[in-house]
Amino acid sequence: MRKGILGWVLAVCLSFAVSATAADEIKIGYMATMSGPAASLGIDILDGFKLGMAHKGGKLGGLPVELIMGDDQLKPGIGVQVANRFIEKEKVDFVTGIVFSNVMMAVAKPITDAGIFLISANAGPSPLAGARCLPDLFTVSWQNDQTHEAMGKYLQDEGVKRLYLMAPNYQAGKDGLAGVKRYFKGEIVAEVYTKINQPDYAAELAQLRAAKPDGVFVFYPGGMGINFVKQYAQSGLKEEIPLYTTAFTIAQMVLPAMGDAALGLLNSSFWGPDLDTPVNRKFVADFRKEYGRLPSLFAAQGYDAALLIDSAIAAVGGDLSDKEALRKALRKADFASVRGDFKFNRNHFPIQDFYIRKVIKNSEGVLTTKIIGTAFEDHADAYHSECDMQW
Amino acid sequence: MSMQLWVVQTLNGLQLGVMLFLMSAGLTLVFGIMNLINLAHGSLYMLGAYLAATFQALTGSFFIACLLAVPLVMGIGMLMEMSILRRLYDRDHLDQVLATFALILFFNELVRMTWGPQAYFMAIPESLSGTVEILPGIPYPAYRLTIVLAGSGVAVGLYLFIGRTRLGMIIRAGATHREMVGALGVNIKLLYTFVFGMGAAMAGFAGMMAGPILSVETGMGEPIMILAFVVIVIGGIGSVRGAFAAAVLVGVADTFGRILLPPALSSMAIYILMAGVLCFRPQGLFPAHG
Amino acid sequence: MGKPADRRDRAGIHFTRIHLLYLAAGIGFFLIPLAADAFYTRLAGRILIYGLCALSLDLILGYGGMVSFGHAAFLGIGAYTVGILSNHGVESAWIAWPAAMACAGVTALVIGAVSLRTSGAYFIMITLAFSQMLYYFFAGLADYGGDDGMALWSRNSIGGPVDPGNPTQFYYLVLLLLAIVFYLCRRLVHSRFGMVIQGAGENERRMRAIGFPTYRYRLVCFMISGAVAGLSGALISNQTLYISPALMHWSRSGEILVMVILGGMGSLAGPVMGAAGLLLTEEVLSEYTEHWMIILGPLLILMVLFARGGIYGLLSPRRES
Repeated sequence: MRKGILGWVLAVCLSFAVSATAADEIKIGYMATMSGPAASLGIDILDGFKLGMAHKGGKLGGLPVELIMGDDQLKPGIGVQVANRFIEKEKVDFVTGIVFSNVMMAVAKPITDAGIFLISANAGPSPLAGARCLPDLFTVSWQNDQTHEAMGKYLQDEGVKRLYLMAPNYQAGKDGLAGVKRYFKGEIVAEVYTKINQPDYAAELAQLRAAKPDGVFVFYPGGMGINFVKQYAQSGLKEEIPLYTTAFTIAQMVLPAMGDAALGLLNSSFWGPDLDTPVNRKFVADFRKEYGRLPSLFAAQGYDAALLIDSAIAAVGGDLSDKEALRKALRKADFASVRGDFKFNRNHFPIQDFYIRKVIKNSEGVLTTKIIGTAFEDHADAYHSECDMQW
Repeated sequence: MSMQLWVVQTLNGLQLGVMLFLMSAGLTLVFGIMNLINLAHGSLYMLGAYLAATFQALTGSFFIACLLAVPLVMGIGMLMEMSILRRLYDRDHLDQVLATFALILFFNELVRMTWGPQAYFMAIPESLSGTVEILPGIPYPAYRLTIVLAGSGVAVGLYLFIGRTRLGMIIRAGATHREMVGALGVNIKLLYTFVFGMGAAMAGFAGMMAGPILSVETGMGEPIMILAFVVIVIGGIGSVRGAFAAAVLVGVADTFGRILLPPALSSMAIYILMAGVLCFRPQGLFPAHG
Repeated sequence: MGKPADRRDRAGIHFTRIHLLYLAAGIGFFLIPLAADAFYTRLAGRILIYGLCALSLDLILGYGGMVSFGHAAFLGIGAYTVGILSNHGVESAWIAWPAAMACAGVTALVIGAVSLRTSGAYFIMITLAFSQMLYYFFAGLADYGGDDGMALWSRNSIGGPVDPGNPTQFYYLVLLLLAIVFYLCRRLVHSRFGMVIQGAGENERRMRAIGFPTYRYRLVCFMISGAVAGLSGALISNQTLYISPALMHWSRSGEILVMVILGGMGSLAGPVMGAAGLLLTEEVLSEYTEHWMIILGPLLILMVLFARGGIYGLLSPRRES
């Protein structure tokens, strides 16, 4: 227990060491999963965010920025700990990042309860878009279901008759398939849920082949997606039954690991590197120059998060004390988004277009995606009517 | 389920079983002979995949990559044994669990710093990329079939090596009569390092074989490492024969569990199987020591 | 904590330097909320809660020689009990916390009944397997958040003037509970029951030969340990207001083991120090580099190789390690 005292002494010393706050800067807490296998999303968002700052002269809203990092390790408990460090020790003005829904569900309330604006650059779980929407939470990415709904709509429009669904057996997986079914009205041959982080799908693929559907939709993010797409191609199914998925499976950073197995796959997203807006052209070009790789949708979200914060701080003239004015400014979303038009719904989730993308090889032989169609224009999420926020 | 599906799924189960065997053979040997629980065995699997993927990118050939990576992983394993694990042989299991748990943290971070946080790509060799008709009308990925064959080959090789060669005899003797073998003038230290290296090579080989079908990323060795522990516990710790039987059992049970049981139950199926086996045979199916 | 010397004497323990340390540590922990700000109070509370969990593991590990690699399962069961009850409107700590202990205790009874038939490495692996099983079970439990986990809207209520929603009061509540459990465990390990457990940990066959039904003794001990871990789960869910299967991931079991060893097993106070040591090291290292695990790993290996008695052993060299 003496270690406890030592720790306490250490802790007090530390708090003196880091407590100096200049009045004329903003403190932003960046929380994401920065370690472990899922780290690449958090890193892409951060790189996008930093590029956004760089485009604003290294400042946001004219104020110098102190960016404070926090790694949630993909554990909600650790996320809460990081949130408390941001709130109680660093006393940040904004928190952004947040890759995973489970971490978001754990930290959204403590952060916003403390009077801190939370700008989600990725996670958009349904409860926070519906009945439990929060006035100080702004989600600059999407609501989880939206991207899946876009693919559901496309499959319905394309006249696919018999669809086979697969996802990991967890909430995001179930939400994803629910999103597809909201717009796809044909026959669902089977709805298969697999173990979380299951590496091998040989058994499920054999069942799938035997069921002979017209199309397969899967939601497998990250490493699970790499495994699934590779094995789908290797089993020879790719030529027999078209595979449909979302940008969560076909994200830019996983394409190199999938290789040609991903070539030609259709997936839905609110964004693509070839989206033809002036802001996006500059974003993609500068991102490549800065980091030597193509940005993913996650990087685009990070970039927009920086621009959103910049626009709001500029609108209130750098006065962070008036929360009401700042909230109003955030709601306006008066910034040039990489996706062109951008506006917030009343639940502070975006209303935006969704596209269907195809995996191609660009002129340099690098795998990337190309937009081939629009699934939705100005698509609002399915939960906003349950949110009673008025503005 | 149709007849064809039964055949395919049994093959899938076998393929998983063979993979598990490659992992658990090393674990069970190291445990049986040196009495060491090595949680970091999964890290060797991961290193195998990363090294082979790197060599494949450099040389363009999967086979050359494997030829280069297997001895390298073996070397890393032996280095690990000589620097750290050797000191743990006469400690209790607890210390071993802790030190090797710490090794996992270390290797995961090392790999992330070396190869970056993104998953790494590894291609199926061109010649094995298609499917073969194992029976009329039943296509099966050629590469997976290769895994079954290669893994079974290693299993047979290991069986012959341990059963028929002089070195194998010493290893067998070392497992049961450690002091005696030492007294007979065998360099026990060297023997242990060699056995560990052999286990490492097999784990690395499993990682290499898995690389083209799985996502090569940090932490990829942990799920299979836990399954491999289930295998050696079911098979009887220290028994290579038991490990083989249990690996195939677990592989087939897991595969059929996944397609026949609801997902909540199927993810627990293997552990229920293990608890069941231990309930009736607390020393596993093939106890190594009497 | 070091006052009633007469009772100590009866138990055959004398007032030593280590008791002074207990006293100092007790005072130190007592003063934290007065001296430090909310962040450090919370960190200290977290240390106490994990200390409680590590202490419960020490009961079976340090005294009973049972190396459980699945202790996080009981932590998780305790947390989920609180969460599920709260989901159904039961907010009172008087119901939720004992229920958490009961559920974790019963789970431990079932797991122990099977696991204790084995020993050594089999025991390590079967406890790991059971915790994995529970991990997947809760990850698939869609009604209670599944893999995403579930949020608690507020802390459990106690009634009267005590308000766990107040961070300082919650901290003192945790400290009080830890002190009570610590005291009870001390009594337990020095009781006849505790002696049997320790004897069985050292040489089970001998104890059985003397005529003790060691299996039953160990099972009861395992159950008590599980129940205490369940209490720490109830507390951690109240502190973070969030419950997810990540609480029961196998690496969490590893961390709890590390705490016990880092602090020094078989000492009750050691695990609390170990929790402090690990959590503070993590906190400090992760502020310097995102690659902090590359430092933590070798540090732990060095500790296992060269400092077997843990922190407690360093502070109290007279105890055998």
